[in-house]
Amino acid sequence: MSDPHKFLEIRHAQKAYGQLEVLKDISMTVDRGEIVAIIGPSGSGKSTLLRAINDLDPLTSGEVILDGVQVNKDLPHRQYEKHINQMRQQVGMVFQHFNLFPHLSVRDNVTLAPKMLKGISDAEADKLAEQQLAHVGMSERIDYYPSQLSGGQKQRVAIARALAMNPKLMLFDEATSALDPELVEDVNLVMKRLAEEDMTMVIVTHEMDFAASVCDRVLFMDGGVVVEEGPPDVIFKNPTQERTRAFLSKHLSNVQK
Amino acid sequence: MGLDFSVVPGFLDTILLGGLWTIAVTVASALLSFFGGILLAVIALYAPLVIRLPFRFFAWLFMGTPLLLQLFLIYFGLVELGIDLPAFVAGVIGLGLHFAVYSSELIQTAIVAVDKGQMEAARTLGLSRGQSLRRIVIPQAVRDVIPPIGNNMIALLKDSALVSVIGVSELTLSSQLAIGRTYRPFEFYATAAVRYYFINLGMEAVLRRIERKTALSR
Repeated sequence: MSDPHKFLEIRHAQKAYGQLEVLKDISMTVDRGEIVAIIGPSGSGKSTLLRAINDLDPLTSGEVILDGVQVNKDLPHRQYEKHINQMRQQVGMVFQHFNLFPHLSVRDNVTLAPKMLKGISDAEADKLAEQQLAHVGMSERIDYYPSQLSGGQKQRVAIARALAMNPKLMLFDEATSALDPELVEDVNLVMKRLAEEDMTMVIVTHEMDFAASVCDRVLFMDGGVVVEEGPPDVIFKNPTQERTRAFLSKHLSNVQK
Repeated sequence: MGLDFSVVPGFLDTILLGGLWTIAVTVASALLSFFGGILLAVIALYAPLVIRLPFRFFAWLFMGTPLLLQLFLIYFGLVELGIDLPAFVAGVIGLGLHFAVYSSELIQTAIVAVDKGQMEAARTLGLSRGQSLRRIVIPQAVRDVIPPIGNNMIALLKDSALVSVIGVSELTLSSQLAIGRTYRPFEFYATAAVRYYFINLGMEAVLRRIERKTALSR
């Protein structure tokens, strides 16, 4: 059985598209309350690994285990669908391009899933929306549509939407990559606050400053493998691997070297 | 002998009733074609082959044969099978299904065009594939096809004149009845044309309203 301390465990994750191996036998763990950043060049497989955690991109082989339950269970189609919908309710995900529902108001974006899946009343849903949007500083926009929001505002609503399901794990897939530089900080602040609240987070990011200041541990991926992992201090200041150094020399120019 | 529109007011009842029947046939067929179109689109895209194939044949039948023939088949033909439909019902089924097939093609294209991230975001929240389609993907697809479907509905209004041949006394047939009594074809057909025009204006106004209402949700 899995070690009770390992909140999220990925075992021998492998993913191939035909001949192309995107993930080559990756194993990693995340403790409850831990914040892990995955960094690496484009095409290194970091987003694929993140998307395997909630089985959005199913692995070719390997296991993802969340809180003692295997996410990517081998079940007959119908049972699997039921199982994965249950699992995904516990895992919030934030996308690079927000993926807000444009035909729904901010309020309905936040409350749609809790209403449909948890059967909460309209009054409870309104309270939930107000609460979650206040949390990300978007209360005044509750009755707006996504098309009326800036990128940073959209991403904060997307975070509120994910949090409204009360997940025990949050996944961030380059959440600030599509934002104008002046809007990045608003979203980073929301993520920092989540970190202070002991949310378990796995963050794929290109922002080394953010990874250094918020994360407990950094994984550097390249070519479908984890090249090196450790506390941000070690990875950013004293990496042991040549590939990590080469990557960081290109990306750390604006950070403390 | 010149035109004499003074005979028209004598048939005001017939004229108004005919107009109402045309509106009734058009609205009922439009609703059937809209919801039928969504259903056919979902079947065409997601149903297993054993269900999809018969429906594809059905779609081919309705696109590849004249609407007039379809109306005859439904109204007169089905009687032989013991299905004796009232003319209004037969007309609405014929028109509705015919346009459902056309709407379905539009809706299919629109469903496929909805950003993949929408389905992903919905699935990530824990919604099933069916729930995601129903609440997230299809509403956006439908919103996107409102303008072309609106054009179809205007074609539907004009084609509703065909149900006169199976005896629904809508606008065209009621005009013919009045002409039979007065021998004034120009006056009554011209009146009919004006009425189609105004119903058309009404439909366009409704469509514009819907488009305005959905503008924010893009």
